[in-house]
Amino acid sequence: MSIIKVENLYKVFGKEPNRAIEMVNEGHKKDEIMAKTGTTIGINNVSFEVEAGESFVVMGLSGSGKSTLIRCLNRLIEPTLGSISIHDKDITKMDKNELSELRKESVSMVFQNFAIFPHYTVLENASYGLKVMGVAKEEREQKALESLEAVGLKGWENYYPSKLSGGMQQRVGLARALATDPDILLMDEAFSALDPLIRKDMQTELLELQDKLQKTIIFITHDLDEALRLGDRIALMKDGEIVQIGTPEEIMMSPATEYVEKFVEDVDRSRVLTAEMIMKKSSTVIHYPKDGPRVALHRMKENDISSIFAVDKQNRLIGIVMAEDALTAIESNETSLDSIIQKDIPTALPDTPLKEMFALMTGKNVPLAVVDEDSKFKGIVVRGTVMAKLAEGGNAND
Amino acid sequence: MIDFFIPLEDWINIGFEKVTYYLSPFLRAASNFLEIIIGGFEDLLLWPPEIVIMIVVALLVWILASYRLAIFAFVGLLLTFGLDIWEPTMATVALALSGTAVSLLVGVPLGIFASQSNVVERILRPILDFMQTLPSFVYLIPAVMFFGMGKVSALVAIMIFAMPPAVRLTTLGIREVSGEMVEAARAFGSGRWQTLKDVQLPLAIPTIMAGVNQCIMMALAMTVIASMIGGGGLGNVVLRSMQTLNIGMGAVGGLGIVILAILLDRLTETISKKVKKD
Repeated sequence: MSIIKVENLYKVFGKEPNRAIEMVNEGHKKDEIMAKTGTTIGINNVSFEVEAGESFVVMGLSGSGKSTLIRCLNRLIEPTLGSISIHDKDITKMDKNELSELRKESVSMVFQNFAIFPHYTVLENASYGLKVMGVAKEEREQKALESLEAVGLKGWENYYPSKLSGGMQQRVGLARALATDPDILLMDEAFSALDPLIRKDMQTELLELQDKLQKTIIFITHDLDEALRLGDRIALMKDGEIVQIGTPEEIMMSPATEYVEKFVEDVDRSRVLTAEMIMKKSSTVIHYPKDGPRVALHRMKENDISSIFAVDKQNRLIGIVMAEDALTAIESNETSLDSIIQKDIPTALPDTPLKEMFALMTGKNVPLAVVDEDSKFKGIVVRGTVMAKLAEGGNAND
Repeated sequence: MIDFFIPLEDWINIGFEKVTYYLSPFLRAASNFLEIIIGGFEDLLLWPPEIVIMIVVALLVWILASYRLAIFAFVGLLLTFGLDIWEPTMATVALALSGTAVSLLVGVPLGIFASQSNVVERILRPILDFMQTLPSFVYLIPAVMFFGMGKVSALVAIMIFAMPPAVRLTTLGIREVSGEMVEAARAFGSGRWQTLKDVQLPLAIPTIMAGVNQCIMMALAMTVIASMIGGGGLGNVVLRSMQTLNIGMGAVGGLGIVILAILLDRLTETISKKVKKD
């Protein structure tokens, strides 16, 4: 059942909205309309539905209208035309009081720059929504404490926000939004102002929270990694229009337009991720021709591996020795590796992309050696890593 | 020569006469009210022994600001006592502070109002400009016409002069509050009034306090000029010294004003700094 239903939504900033919409429908471009009427098209004929409990990510570059769109959903910005139904009620027709009720009861919001009130303590901030609802002080502090605990801010209730780091401030923002127990959470670039590591943590925590709480989340972002990670479905916006809606998989697999494709390309880590980034800087090698099969087997046993790379004195890759071959050589009392070393093995350069490595490894049961231009041994890439990175797709930068 | 003459002088005179005539009951009531405020304040300051006032003021300053300023307040007041200008000093304090109080009482709500409505602000702005740029002597006249010579006229003149910064800085302070803060309050269902009360006003307080400071300083400055229409106090000391070419007396009166000015300025400044920190 869809909880939010947006139909043919338009937002025009400026004095002649109707004329602008007419021009849009006649197929004129945004710039042209702006030049002729002095109006800006913020949202252009947008329709979508969001299911209860779904994480719906709206993404696009700045100026694509995504922030305007999310603000229409609680009418912080008045839509010009079209309808928005929440729980089957058209919110565009709500009067002041109904709207205030909607904001208190069902829809809360988390902001890009946190918008935490600096003159309130963490607890007062978290209980603000309940205060507006007119909940008695004791009860609202109780609920606020619970939601602060849920976002991991227990013990910080009585601090002022200025004492908190950015990540913690946004936790307060999240706690404030959760305290009223809304059905719908609007998150406007909620993690964009945080540094990458904190951002990732916050995403993880949001996912965990979502697992428990099952809210309907509308999440705005300009970052596809974030969108892929958080979204059950993703809507891509450009110039106020939604150019594609789909699951992360669908968006990655079949980008609808060149614009989406560009976005997706950006994130296709199998092309971006290189051997150097995922290799293990392994020091378990044997030296050729100094070491014999016994040393080789011993090293393998020590390190729990079934094959080992051999290098010469200058650390140049010579080949690989398999455990069973070493065993055979020992049984036939050989002292050198000459008869068992496999010299014709695939290697990757440090900047070989993930996809090519995958191709190099198919059908082979040995790890891939990474060597530089002078065939100096750099490290190894094992099959599992490549598979994992390929499967992870978007989130491969950790 | 072209025959071009605007009888503005006559219009205003006739207008004033009519207005005073029709407004006289109201004016009398207002006059009585203001008289009570300022008279009461002055009596309060002059009634106890001087040393009590000095100690109470010093203690208040200590609590509100710092011990250093408290020492300055005590020594400064002791000096005015020693210079034999205690009474006019207290009269000036009463006049300046009641002038400030009335200015703030009108100015801050007006400022809030103007922050909520562009129309109101657009109407207010030229009026405030007019009030501030008009030479202060000029509105001594209507003050006297409406309220006669005396402290009430002085108070009205002070109010006109000192109110604009209170209005302007209140409006500015509220409008300066970041849009995201206001949005956050609204997103949780706050109405206009609640947003103002919970978010905008508290965050505007440092700026409003700067307005209070300006307002006090301008009120104090105006007390000197208002002595010409019976404002009394230290201004009167200065005025008399001018009339009698008594340089010494002028210096004494001036010193009293300087002491008050420094004390009030530092006091409000320290308070607004404290507010900002919290």
